[in-house]
Parts: sequence; structure tokens; C-alpha cells
Amino acid sequence: MRIPILQRLAADEVLIADGATGTMLLEAGLPTGMPGEAWILERPEEIVKLHRAYMEAGSQIILTTTFGGTRARLKAAGLDIQVAEVNRRAAELARQVAGDDLYVGGDVGPTGEMMVPLGPLAYEAAVELFAEQARALAAGDADCIYIETMGDLDEAKAAVEGARQVCDLPVFCTFSFDTHGRTSMGVSPTQAAQAMAALGVPVTGANCGHAPEEVLDILPQICQAAPDAYLIAKPNAGVPRLVKRQVVYDATPQRMAELALRYVELGVRIVGTCCGSSPAHIAAIREAVMRDE
Amino acid sequence: MANERLFEEMTNAVIAGVPDKARELANEVLRAGIDPLAAIQQGFKPGMDVVGEGFAKGELFIPDLMMSSKAMQEGIAILEPELLKRKQELKTLGKVVIGTVRGDIHEIGKTLVATMLSANGFQVHDLGVDASPQQFVDAVREVDADVVGLSALLTTTMLNQEAVILTLKEAGLRDQVKVIIGGVPTSPEWAEEIGADAYAENATEAVEVVKGLVKA
Repeated sequence: MRIPILQRLAADEVLIADGATGTMLLEAGLPTGMPGEAWILERPEEIVKLHRAYMEAGSQIILTTTFGGTRARLKAAGLDIQVAEVNRRAAELARQVAGDDLYVGGDVGPTGEMMVPLGPLAYEAAVELFAEQARALAAGDADCIYIETMGDLDEAKAAVEGARQVCDLPVFCTFSFDTHGRTSMGVSPTQAAQAMAALGVPVTGANCGHAPEEVLDILPQICQAAPDAYLIAKPNAGVPRLVKRQVVYDATPQRMAELALRYVELGVRIVGTCCGSSPAHIAAIREAVMRDE
Repeated sequence: MANERLFEEMTNAVIAGVPDKARELANEVLRAGIDPLAAIQQGFKPGMDVVGEGFAKGELFIPDLMMSSKAMQEGIAILEPELLKRKQELKTLGKVVIGTVRGDIHEIGKTLVATMLSANGFQVHDLGVDASPQQFVDAVREVDADVVGLSALLTTTMLNQEAVILTLKEAGLRDQVKVIIGGVPTSPEWAEEIGADAYAENATEAVEVVKGLVKA
């Protein structure tokens, strides 16, 4: 029987999440333009391999490969007739690796559509999209619904509400503060954290973003606005550049590990990494955090 | 209301991003018999300039830019019949074909650039996302474009910016069109490496760079 994840966080533990999914699957041969979600049903062994690599590196929370798993996003790949199957299966694959010792985070990302009044997506419709995905992730035995990379506050609220409508799992929600210290839609860390606190979201924070150093300025703002929340820091390994036609991310595993310790000092309880990172980054973070404790 | 005060209100309606107010003021322009072209250039346009500048500085964000441009577009739509009647035309600075390259479905940045170019007097043909090199070539030929804008948000798809340039060369069109690229992983160095004419970091900068390209 697993100890509920919130109980672990309440015991002041630091948990290690995982790292990049998309960039790792591309390295494993996912064709450009094909979403990673397509491999959940087509090449499940590749998904399991990815989860296992992170588990071996020390991840304690394995995130499902369902960042683009809402109906709106799956539509582009023609997978929208299999929304439930894709998400449920993804959670099962992650559980297969996590077993009863580790946690499965049912990963939820933005729909890719703009919300009213800027775009066509009405709040109620967004709630429905997120509810559909969360229901399937819960059915596949996720431990929490892990919403991330949010930029629009209304969309984040819709995701939280959708998840809560269909399951009793704890809901986490983190934002990508990638534009001058705010989200692309101009939401400040304080505004995001206040909104999450008002909704009673127990775990919030920053993921993706711009440079991982910027998270150091963002965390205190979140902490102040949502003092009761457990914090997540799960940044990119810097911003990608092409050097001699090879993709280069600036932050090395050692650099990310140094930063991870500073995040923990600032109160972070879940550390992971995002785009451009690899199991090597997670292993370095795990080692540094364990040594520190 | 004196023209100047009305124009100032139009500017403010665009800055605040209130389409209803912009439409209301446009109707007032018509009722007062004010020159619609002057109203656009001295009323709406300065508002868009302020918003563009704020966006580039990181003081304003995507929703601000989108609502302001919506206000301006809806206001202009009301003035358009009167422009036609007076045989006036909004001066076109040039024709731009824009799109996100093949394999990439990131829309927002590209759409912002398209919006800002339209607001600043360019005729924009937006190919949307996941556009193939051939689509760009066809569009360039069809509209006789002055500039083509290529957006890519992924390190894997930025290679397709180069594919468009190569296809333009093969079609014999490369010399008659300027190419500008953008998107998070791209850079001025990348533009140079693949033989693009220019790079811009954000939508506001893109307007200035494209203005420079059509002048050159």
C-alpha cells in the first residue's frame, strides 16, 4: 500500500520528479511532427524504457507521457477518438515502472487553444476537456493529477476544476514563467499562487520556463502568496540552441544539481527538470539532494 | 468633440484593448464627418504603437496585444466603407506571407507577428501552422509577396526553415522575396547560417525589421 503522496510531502520530504519527455522521445527516434502520445499505443516499450531510465536515475514521481493528452491536442494527430485509451494506457505504463514504491503523476498540459475572449475555447468546454483526460489518468491508477506549463490562469483553473469533477486524487498545478518573469499570458507568480491558494490546490510552483536561474526569483513570490502550498521546481535545462546543427542546452547536470539545492533551501518539496534534460540531470539532482538531507 | 480629443480617445481605446469602445468611437468619426484615414492614423495607430512598445519591453503581454489589435481591427472595419466611398486607401507597406513551418504546431508567436504586421500596414497572408515548403512557395508566387516570415519553436523544426529557403531557391523565387525567421530556439546566427535575410526576437521588433526589409 502506497503512502499517499501528500502525506510524504507533509512529512517534509523532498521528492524527485523526472525530466524531459518530448526531447527524450525525439532522441529515441520519434519522428518530427509526431506527438509523443502516439507512441503510448504504438510503441509502449519505448515509453516504458523512458520511465525506467528516470526511475533508475532516482525519480520518485514518474510523469505520464500525456502532456498533449487532451482531446484538443490529440486531434492534430488523429488520436482524438482514443482520448480515454491513450491516457489510461499511459498511466498504466508509468505504473508498470513505478510499482508500489514510486508515484505516478498523471500529466496534463495546456489544450493549445486560446480561451475566450482571446480565442474560441470557452471555460466550460475547457473544463470538459480536462475532466475527460483526468478521468482516464485516474482509471490508469495515477497518484495525482499533475497539471503543468500553464500560462493562462483561466485555463489552469479549468484544468483544476475538470480534474476535481472526476476524481478524488490530489491536483498539482504549475506554471511556466517564461516571459520577463511572468507567464506568456502575463500572469505573475504572485497572481498564479494566489489563485491556486484560493482554489485550495495543495501543490504548485514553476516548471519549464526560460533559464533555470530565474526560478530562484520566482519561488519566493509563490511562497509568499501561497504559504500553505508545497512547492515544485521543474525547470528546463536552459534554452535550446543549435550549435553546428546539434541541439545544445546550456545547463549541465551539475549546474541543475546546484540549483536544485538552492530551490530546496527556498522551500521546494518536489524537484525535477523539463525540456532538454535527461536522466543524467535527474541522477545529479537526486545525489545532491540525498547528500544534503 | 474636437477631432484631437476624439483621436486621443481612440488611442486610449486601443491601448486599453476595448473593442466596444473602439467601434463606438469609429461611429462617432462617421457621424462627425471626420476624415476616416486621419482618424485611423492619428487615432487608432498611435495606440497600437504604445502597446507594441510595452510588449517589447516586457510590460505588456500576449492578451494585451491581442485585445488592442482586436479593438483596432473592429474600429477600422467600421471606417472601411467610408474609406472606400472617399476612394481612400490604407497605404500598404508590403505583402507578407507568414506561417509556422512543417512539423510545428506552435501558433501564438506567429499569429502575434502577423497581427502586428497587419496593424502596421502590411498585407499579411497567414498560412497557419505546419505549413510545407511548397505551401510557402505557392503563396509567395500567388500573392507576389515582398517578404516571407518563417516561425519555428522546436529545435527539430527549425531545420524546416532552411527547407523553405531551399525550395524558394529551386523555384527561382529566392531573389524576389526577403526571408525573416523567428521562434524561441532561433537566432541571428541561425538566420545567417541558413541564408535568411533577417531575424527578429519578438513581434514588435519584427515590424521594424520587416519595414527595413521592404525598403532595402
